[in-house]
Amino acid sequence: MLLQALAFYVFGFVVMASAAMVVVSRNPVYSVLFLILAFFNAAALFVLIGAEFIAMILVIVYVGAVAVLFLFVVMMLDINLTELREGFLKYLPVGAMIGIVLLLEILLGLGVIGSNPTTLAGLGKSGSQVLAIDNTRAIGRVLYTQYFYLFQVAGVVLLVAMIGAIVLTLRSRPGVRRQRIGEQLYRPKEDAVTVVKVPTRGGV
Amino acid sequence: MTIGLGHYLFVAAVLFTLGILGIFLNRKNVIVILMCVELMLLAVNITLVAFSVFQGNIVGQIFAMLVLTVAAAEAAIGLAILVVYFRIRGTIEVEDINAMKG
Repeated sequence: MLLQALAFYVFGFVVMASAAMVVVSRNPVYSVLFLILAFFNAAALFVLIGAEFIAMILVIVYVGAVAVLFLFVVMMLDINLTELREGFLKYLPVGAMIGIVLLLEILLGLGVIGSNPTTLAGLGKSGSQVLAIDNTRAIGRVLYTQYFYLFQVAGVVLLVAMIGAIVLTLRSRPGVRRQRIGEQLYRPKEDAVTVVKVPTRGGV
Repeated sequence: MTIGLGHYLFVAAVLFTLGILGIFLNRKNVIVILMCVELMLLAVNITLVAFSVFQGNIVGQIFAMLVLTVAAAEAAIGLAILVVYFRIRGTIEVEDINAMKG
């Protein structure tokens, strides 16, 4: 139990610290790398709590797809780093104030701090229902029966996102020579071959 | 020394607040703003999974998966719009995005 608590504190601290580094880091590439670190440690927190499937999906989707996509875009766009940092200190007082107020409100509302025993009372780790079968099987049993239409709608959302991204970024550049296979195949014989009658001893 | 629901909720709340703070502080860089949105979605996922496990109800994890799907779609579309915008205007500063006078 002590080891679990220690692991939670380590992973939780690294998650929060790397999230802070995402915000304050000067270089967007460093921001993306700290984002990847935050995602890995959040996945570790999920493993710790017993939600292995979500943890693995988090690593695959966030680290494997989303963060790499961010890294591509950050490196692809030739942006001026110093200009983008202007105004950081100007917004710091207001931002910090709003952040502190919001954090206190969330914590008070959830009952994490303060004397609000009604919300979190009685929510011990009653894992009997979850731990009877393994996590992936439990998710599958509910996802493919009760929430099957929601699952399909999620697939449609991904399809729309894929088509949208392709439509947005695809462009036809002028001046690029492409092979037009249809035109090649349907070219009549008369366009391609000309029969020249060469006179004897005359040459072409 | 047992780790309870409150610990996980605390981590999620701090992550969410850091996301909002990042949107406030990085008023110019759209990429960092998108990253902060991802952080906020991660905080929501942590909350959903923590409640799911501590209540013994698996539906929270299914909802977290759907949130993950929407986050991936949002990142793809957002970055595609960003690439197209950079191609047209040559900058990604938020204050320059005022063509619609909104």
